[in-house]
Amino acid sequence: MLQSQLEIQLIAIVTAVACALPGVFLVLRRMTLMSDAISHAILPGIVLAFFLTENLSSPLLIVAAAGTGVLTVVFVELLQRTKLVKEDAAIGLTFPALFSIGVILISRFAGNVHLDMDAVLLGELAYAPLNRLETFGYDLGPASLYVMGTILLLNLVFILLFYKELKLATFDASLAATLGFAPTIIHYGLMTLVSVTTVGAFDAVGSILVVALIAGPPATAYLMTDELSRMLILSAVIGCVNAVSGYWLAFLFDVSIAGSIATVTLLVFGLIFMVVPNRGLIAIARRRSRQKWEFAQTMLVIHLFNHEGLPEAEAESEIAHLHEHLRWDPTFATQVVRYALNNRCVLQKETQLTLTQQGRTIAQQALVQ
Amino acid sequence: MENFNILIHFDYTLMIVTIGAALLGAVSGSLGTYAVLRRQSLLGDAISHAALPGIAIAFLLTGSKAPLILVLGAAIAGWLGTLLIMSVVRLTRIKYDSALGIVLSTFFGFGLVLHTLIQRTGNANQAGLDTFLFGQAATILARDILTIGVLGGIAIVITFIFWKELKLLVFDDGFAASLGFPIRALDILLTSLLVIAIVLGLQAVGAVLMSAMLVAPAVAARQWTNKLSVMMLLAACFGALAGVSGTIISSTASRIPTGPTIVLCATVVVGFSIAFASNRGLLWDWLRQQRNRRNLKMTEQPQQGND
Repeated sequence: MLQSQLEIQLIAIVTAVACALPGVFLVLRRMTLMSDAISHAILPGIVLAFFLTENLSSPLLIVAAAGTGVLTVVFVELLQRTKLVKEDAAIGLTFPALFSIGVILISRFAGNVHLDMDAVLLGELAYAPLNRLETFGYDLGPASLYVMGTILLLNLVFILLFYKELKLATFDASLAATLGFAPTIIHYGLMTLVSVTTVGAFDAVGSILVVALIAGPPATAYLMTDELSRMLILSAVIGCVNAVSGYWLAFLFDVSIAGSIATVTLLVFGLIFMVVPNRGLIAIARRRSRQKWEFAQTMLVIHLFNHEGLPEAEAESEIAHLHEHLRWDPTFATQVVRYALNNRCVLQKETQLTLTQQGRTIAQQALVQ
Repeated sequence: MENFNILIHFDYTLMIVTIGAALLGAVSGSLGTYAVLRRQSLLGDAISHAALPGIAIAFLLTGSKAPLILVLGAAIAGWLGTLLIMSVVRLTRIKYDSALGIVLSTFFGFGLVLHTLIQRTGNANQAGLDTFLFGQAATILARDILTIGVLGGIAIVITFIFWKELKLLVFDDGFAASLGFPIRALDILLTSLLVIAIVLGLQAVGAVLMSAMLVAPAVAARQWTNKLSVMMLLAACFGALAGVSGTIISSTASRIPTGPTIVLCATVVVGFSIAFASNRGLLWDWLRQQRNRRNLKMTEQPQQGND
């Protein structure tokens, strides 16, 4: 493995984890699309800072962009507070407007200056190691690794320090407000963090795919656990897996790394969505079919129980006529009888069914309920 | 003086582009009404991004760049993305916003992968990614106007045919379900109409800004009325207004892209409506507060005199 390959993967992993951690709270707070809005709306901030500094790697760019990100959040909240616009529409109005200003600024004034729209929107991880951090002539490694590393550290410290507050504000904002935890401050703190993370990550993966890193792993982890701390760890792990496997797939097929990571994110989400115990598609399908048979079996034993010991019992428990009494399809009735026989709820005596003790209990319980 | 000339000598290309933008604005404005009322404003954003792999696959399969084929691919991909969002929301505890975010970004990422594949084959006849992202209103031709008019017209006529059902779905879907209306089928129908509007608009304003074309006219229209029919009509007018004014403004100076200008015009209409709309608007609200305060003072004074 070449050094540049190792560096790209390291950057991808650090970026993925840095995005996944605040992403967990966005997913839980139903604000995932704020990351989409922020990642687009930071464009005018970047452009203006670029006009001032004429340097794409200036730290002022990150500050200006993060400022614009927070401004976006403020705009959305202000629009919502007029009570004339709902939250989703407020987001849908704010970021295209800011983004449009950015695009117009670029095409009107940037002209020949090197500020490529594709680079902003799509990013290119493969070029990330080219921009290196050098001090006193020593090569310290790719600059974006340091940028994303710092952001990751910032996110970790924020979440560890304010874990309790974040948890409370996420799951019960009104209780948090009653107890004096100031959910608004936590909200803006989190949003600042998301802005900074998005700005840092857009350099590597572009503004649209940042959303895949922020929403994908936490949503996948959300399918797997009920515990906030476990969800944080799981999303970080899933983020790493997606990043590394996405990189190697991109290497294999010689395609865009960021796009490949996003594709793997979808595949992993789909896989977990299918197979996760209890909540997955397969589990849901199996539970539904089991419930169908169990319900039919309960119907059968209740029918038998109702007529047990009565004069008409002989006619009512005739296997060949069951489907008429229960208004079932004949083949379905046969299958239900087989299911009930297997579960030892009924016994077959020649052409008739009788209840076992177990079947009787089920019928009694069902009737009491 | 130069700007003035352009306005007077309204040349043919500009006229075509303006008509196209106006039609697009009207179609997306009126269909966007439903998205905004159902609080699905950002669905447009998701569909337009999710359309990218469809365009790439259509190009890879047919090797042609004919608009109709690419549009068909975009529509299928956008539609599949929406179905995925709906089923994730229905079958898991993942909320609407997260499902939207995942589909939007990962479909787009997959499209990017396919795009790099196309680039690598060195095919000169590439499907332009820039055009997809930002649109190219200047490339609207007379036959595109026909496509927009016919498909958009069909979509709007469908909303008229299912007027009662869609109205019920938008305002009280639980009640609609209890009356026996096929909610899920109606939901899919409405979403399919949105997909049509979005795919038509991709060429002119691009994926990133398409969501604004759905949301802004409808939000502006909502401020002026409480009736669905009036809102839809107003949204269509606002959308057309934004399309026309955006196109004309961007034609008066060089290097002002049309799509973003249209979006900014639509945003201005929203700002104006929120500020000055009758009854709901901020100014109206303020005036009412002042009047109430005055009335309160007037009723207070005689009471003080009695004491």
